[in-house]
Amino acid sequence: MMKSSVIVFPGSNCDRDVAVALKKLQFKNSMIWHKETELPKSDLIVLPGGFSYGDYLRSGAIAAKSNILSEVISAGKKGSLILGICNGFQILIECGLLKGALLRNSGLKFISKDIQVKILSNKSKFFNKYKLDEILKLNIAHNEGNYFTSKEHLDELEDNELIPIKYCDENGNINLKSNPNGSINNIAGIFNNKKNILGMMPHPERMSDKILSNESGLGLFLSLMN
Amino acid sequence: MKFAVTITLKKDVLDPQGKVVGQTLKNIGIENLNSIRQGKFFEIDLDESDTASGEAKVRKMCEKLLANQIIEDFQIKKI
Repeated sequence: MMKSSVIVFPGSNCDRDVAVALKKLQFKNSMIWHKETELPKSDLIVLPGGFSYGDYLRSGAIAAKSNILSEVISAGKKGSLILGICNGFQILIECGLLKGALLRNSGLKFISKDIQVKILSNKSKFFNKYKLDEILKLNIAHNEGNYFTSKEHLDELEDNELIPIKYCDENGNINLKSNPNGSINNIAGIFNNKKNILGMMPHPERMSDKILSNESGLGLFLSLMN
Repeated sequence: MKFAVTITLKKDVLDPQGKVVGQTLKNIGIENLNSIRQGKFFEIDLDESDTASGEAKVRKMCEKLLANQIIEDFQIKKI
């Protein structure tokens, strides 16, 4: 049985949604408060969405300095699987596990809507249940999702299949029109070099039950079990 | 001993907020405006008598938390 830990910060609001998705797939899940100094042995660590510390200073900046994060960082460096969704992605960037920055959306508005992403690489622990070029309908809800990084790092991401998903339209076109937030090259999520750490702005946990929406996001959790 | 820290976005990082502020200023009739970049300001009071060591502490604060050096630059000034 896969063991997972969902880290909870003051202001997290998607922590229980992820827990529901994980439990549906029989993960043995623990909710870990940010003040804890020890992390239970986990096959998967999730940094959930929300507004940790009210987005003070910069989104994710304060959470990145919390007690439990030093455990998460050392687990990540040892190769544990870490999934950061939305605010979790922002925290992964602020703590240095992922490179780049998430800037304010180019349109200056908080965006909450369903969008499409295209699977550009399924060779990873996170996306192996999806087909290449598959289009998923997922939900985004963020104010700072505009991914930015240096030219050198962007080339590294593109050349090494470290960008598993990009924003696209219903037909799979990846262009300015299908870019909701100004993210460079329509990036919706990125890996670290070893592909054990994934940060993504869309919420797979919101698309994991037909009662709520669709099951587009379920494949990600199923992939992790594969 | 007090220090002022100014944090600004690096030159090549897009600043949508600054752009909108600049456009709004133009709309209300401000002339000869070339550009506006928005940043953050911190006023820091330290229990410290040595300027060099105070400044070193503030620098550490900037590097560790106040600024994200991938996208931001910081300036420290004793006030």
